[in-house]
Amino acid sequence: MINLETMQTLERTTQEILELAAKHFKVTPGSLRAEDDFYKKLGIDSLQALELLSRLENHFHIELPDYEVQGVSDFKTLAERIQARL
Amino acid sequence: MLDLSKYSSIGEAVRDALETWPREVCLYESDRGEEKQRITYREFKERALPLANWLQDTGFKAGDRASIIMTNQSKWLISAYAIFYCGGTLVPLDYKLKPEEQWTLLGHSGASVLITEYPIWRQLSGSDRRARTPQVKTVLVTEAPEKAALAGARAWESAKGESQPTFVPRRREDLACIVYSSGTGGSPKGCMMTHENYLEQCIALTSLYPFWPGVKYLSILPTNHAIDFMVGFFGPFICGAAVVHLRTLRPEYVREAFTKYQITYVSLVPLVLKNLQKGLQARFDELPAGKRRMFERVRSINKALTKTRPRLGLSRLLLKQVHDAFGGRLEAIIVGGAFTEPETLQFFYDLGIPVANGYGLTEAGTAVTVNDLRPFRADTVGKPLPGMEVRILNPDVEGIGQVSVRSKTVMAGYLNEPEMTAQTIVDGWLMTGDMGRFDATGHLQLFGRKKNMIVTQEGKNVYAEDVEQAFQGLPVKEYCVFAANYIWPSRSMVGEQLVLVIHLEHGQSLTEELRKEIAARNSRLINYKRIHGTVLYEQDFPLTASLKIIRVALAERLGTLPREQAILAV
Repeated sequence: MINLETMQTLERTTQEILELAAKHFKVTPGSLRAEDDFYKKLGIDSLQALELLSRLENHFHIELPDYEVQGVSDFKTLAERIQARL
Repeated sequence: MLDLSKYSSIGEAVRDALETWPREVCLYESDRGEEKQRITYREFKERALPLANWLQDTGFKAGDRASIIMTNQSKWLISAYAIFYCGGTLVPLDYKLKPEEQWTLLGHSGASVLITEYPIWRQLSGSDRRARTPQVKTVLVTEAPEKAALAGARAWESAKGESQPTFVPRRREDLACIVYSSGTGGSPKGCMMTHENYLEQCIALTSLYPFWPGVKYLSILPTNHAIDFMVGFFGPFICGAAVVHLRTLRPEYVREAFTKYQITYVSLVPLVLKNLQKGLQARFDELPAGKRRMFERVRSINKALTKTRPRLGLSRLLLKQVHDAFGGRLEAIIVGGAFTEPETLQFFYDLGIPVANGYGLTEAGTAVTVNDLRPFRADTVGKPLPGMEVRILNPDVEGIGQVSVRSKTVMAGYLNEPEMTAQTIVDGWLMTGDMGRFDATGHLQLFGRKKNMIVTQEGKNVYAEDVEQAFQGLPVKEYCVFAANYIWPSRSMVGEQLVLVIHLEHGQSLTEELRKEIAARNSRLINYKRIHGTVLYEQDFPLTASLKIIRVALAERLGTLPREQAILAV
């Protein structure tokens, strides 16, 4: 039986990504939205995006191959890719 | 190393290398810090020849084209050698391009064979462009899960012939590779590179930065890029050296690879070099005051002692901790793909880590000039490599003019583009479109571009025309994309940007809705292709009789506007 309380929903995954990203790049919590382009919103380059990815992998205990996140630039799509691996 | 003057093709030279150093390791492959395999030259041959045999069995013959779209890994190089063994022409494509872009270039190149990885094939096979590229008849896919649907492709691992393949010799002037320097949106620029181009480039580069058995080159730049193809495949192989591949390119695994493999050389784009600089500087800043003073003193001593030439042994002793973090065996960091700021280069050199910065372009066979480090000159891109004739065309009063190059390394031309070729190679001289001058000691200094393009700090060439299609159908009268420096010439090659020029309909204004539409279209572009700002132009664009925009004339008119005020934020 699925435990609805512990089930990781896409919404919850997205929220956790936004919180982690805000913490990692030291921006105001709550200032990031799922639709945001993280390169633009956080003013980061591709290397910093990879750092965030490693952080997210540790948090969610998953391995996200580089090709899975190729071309992804918004939190929403990133959350979907992570969710698919949970 | 092998004497390349005796060889007439890449395949022939690599074939001899595999026989010369059978027991040396040629490839290490690591994933997330864990070594997955190491392959000797003999094993490399044993893996490549059955594939070559299989390709020949399918009818693949001399001059046929085969494309590789893969991340950096052993199967990339094994496949490339198998293609050369059969006398084929290699079409290395960027695995980071979108599937539609990859199909466009596959179609343009005339490739009949495609070798790719399963995740990339999943996206490629799902694209509707596939049906429009029927000449790609054979597709080999690496690392496909068992029972995975391969959509007409075959598992690379099963493509093994059982007989001895026939080595197909090629002449020096035959085509070795078609390398796309850009052009997924506009006219594809497929640089036709001959075997001679690579053989001569390799002779020139290894005369300054030699490889030898025991060298470990860390391959990070994509192998389809001309730099990694040369220094992450052909160069090391003809010297009996080894290449280290990482399947996951996260900063932490890259850092770890330096110490784990005691890397000798690595090539980086300026963006990564700057990132390394930032990380090191942060660590220096965290040192307690006493230690910091001590460190600065040692760095000054190192700087004084290496003023005329690098002294690696001495620097490794003086700044042991820094060098140990890079594995302790690093000979030089090769930086390329884009212009690097002198301060970044000097930062590393002062730490005793030579940075081999230079200047080049795919069309010239990669490197044209390289810093010879005697002495190190961060403010220049070095001197011409042996065999390169470099001259400055129409220099102004300060000696600055267009850099042009004549050498055996210059490409044969752009594939299927005789006009573009004729404009680029004039009387045997390659017009680079870059502006520069030589200083009194023969070092080349660069001062901006003449071309309507930018090169990002990640080493990506972006032509303005390629970005234009993202704005197709924008509800304005006319639009056009320019490199800002093409409109307003600048002597800097750092921080280059693209701008979208729009001419509104009569009575139309730049509404919030239109701004949002521009921003939305812009955000759909891959990050390095995005425009930085919008420029409003109130007159009709100059057009040819066939209604094409005359870009030069439009840029000239736009150049009369004040740059800072003209560019509106997206």
